[in-house]
Amino acid sequence: MRNTFIDEIIKLARVNPQIALIVGDLGYSVVEPFAEEFPDRFINAGVAEQNMTGLAAGMASEGYHVFTYSIANFPTFRCAEQIRNDVDYHNLPVTVVAVGGGVAYGNLGYSHHAVQDYALMRTMPNMLIASPGDPNEVRACLRYLIENPQPSYLRLGKNGEKNFHTKIPIIEPGKWLTVSESKNLSGQSLLTTGASLQAVLDINSYKAVYTLPLWGMSLKAQQGKQLAQTLPICISEDHLIDGGFCSWMLESTIGMPFSNDQITCKTLSRDACGTVASSKTLWKLSGLAL
Amino acid sequence: MHNTAKLIRKNCVQMVYEANASHLGSALSIVDILNALYADFLNTDPHNQDWEDRDRLLLSKGHACVALYSTLAEYGFFPKDDLINYGKDFSDLMNHVSHKVPGVEFSTGSLGHALPFGVGKAMAAKRLNKKWKTVVILSDGELGEGSNWEAFLSASHHKLDNLFAIVDYNKLQSLTTVEDTLNLEPLVDKFKAFGWAVLEVDGHDHNMLVETFKKVPFEIDKPSVILAHTVKGKGVSFMENSVQWHYKSPSDQELALAIKEIKNA
Repeated sequence: MRNTFIDEIIKLARVNPQIALIVGDLGYSVVEPFAEEFPDRFINAGVAEQNMTGLAAGMASEGYHVFTYSIANFPTFRCAEQIRNDVDYHNLPVTVVAVGGGVAYGNLGYSHHAVQDYALMRTMPNMLIASPGDPNEVRACLRYLIENPQPSYLRLGKNGEKNFHTKIPIIEPGKWLTVSESKNLSGQSLLTTGASLQAVLDINSYKAVYTLPLWGMSLKAQQGKQLAQTLPICISEDHLIDGGFCSWMLESTIGMPFSNDQITCKTLSRDACGTVASSKTLWKLSGLAL
Repeated sequence: MHNTAKLIRKNCVQMVYEANASHLGSALSIVDILNALYADFLNTDPHNQDWEDRDRLLLSKGHACVALYSTLAEYGFFPKDDLINYGKDFSDLMNHVSHKVPGVEFSTGSLGHALPFGVGKAMAAKRLNKKWKTVVILSDGELGEGSNWEAFLSASHHKLDNLFAIVDYNKLQSLTTVEDTLNLEPLVDKFKAFGWAVLEVDGHDHNMLVETFKKVPFEIDKPSVILAHTVKGKGVSFMENSVQWHYKSPSDQELALAIKEIKNA
């Protein structure tokens, strides 16, 4: 996903002079093509994420759409208050990009596991979360964000993800995207967000597979209706259930006339926290083989 | 004392009294700095507040907002009568500086935020070939925040000589002196070591302040910082150099006394 990100943002930056990329001293062998083509719109802010984010907000207040780019929790938790106050409260077009969402950096350990990032970012009132499930969704998310600049969080996997969509889908905030529909009308549907789509072993084992790549606090009202039409359903994410996508979806069902026993959740488990293993092993440990 | 600075001080005391609010000492500490900026230095236009080429002022010590609100009202950014709404329910004039108030560029309240934001503005101006300046007013206590030192490094690395920081060095913070809390000295040496050009000034001397502002940038290719030696609570004798006036709101009697002192100054 990170290579797709850089490839797509370069294409978009060629036609949009407002796009700037600020990295937190990360992105070796990924971000160089952007830096070479747009030296005036590329900054390596160094290992200083609070300044990186404040700086991004300052540039955004002068007309830039700034992408801050780093790994896992560094562009989010380390500078959470700068995102909350400088970016989100001032409603500025800064897109925080985290590579290695979930446990993509498996063996690098807990410091590099972004398993609470949704919990942080989804509590910001103006924040749009973009969590693509495959490289085509990465391109779709970037196109949407650049056409609709706003406080946003783009959560990427790492590399080598396979495409589930045959072409770049058209996406809308809060609206589920159909990945596959089976002729088998019985059985369970599946809704994923982010790289947990990659944990799906056989799309045909589900009545339907959906993703929701654009979501956030302001988009809960549309969820109940979509859920009601797809029950029973399994909701999945590569994040802890606490404060994550599943919790967000369940919050959106409060007051809806259906029972939560038709909804199951598959998420990273508490056991994955602090366990050093490859991402695939940590997914299995959590029961994230879908 | 500069006449407008007297009016600003009077407004500050009155607003904090009416709203039963805090941080009066912190506000009185920067009145002369703000007045000198708006009277004789900043390129702004109250009748065209979004003017693209205006200088940008950011108040990092957002708790001292009454000083900025009063200054902006005195210089015509919004009607002085609106100051009475300070701290009231649903008012834009909240008790930490708010960008919803005309003339205010950036909301703060949590410390250590405006300098990084200012670095971004100055960086944008450089890259867009704009001539306007970014001015950031910081407190001394907030220099404990690591984010400020990240920004000090970043600004000099990028040679932002269009960025200008003013440190309100009143040497008192929330519970006691800066020296006894988290000592900053030798502060001039620290700024120099971080690649900034530094000048020190009496932060209550209007002419000296203006003269120093006009020297910015102090050195080409370096950001400038003024270490303004100030007195917390300046202008009201019983509030000066007193930690309790970081929090206290004046009583009826204290209000009358404070206004009398300011008038007679």
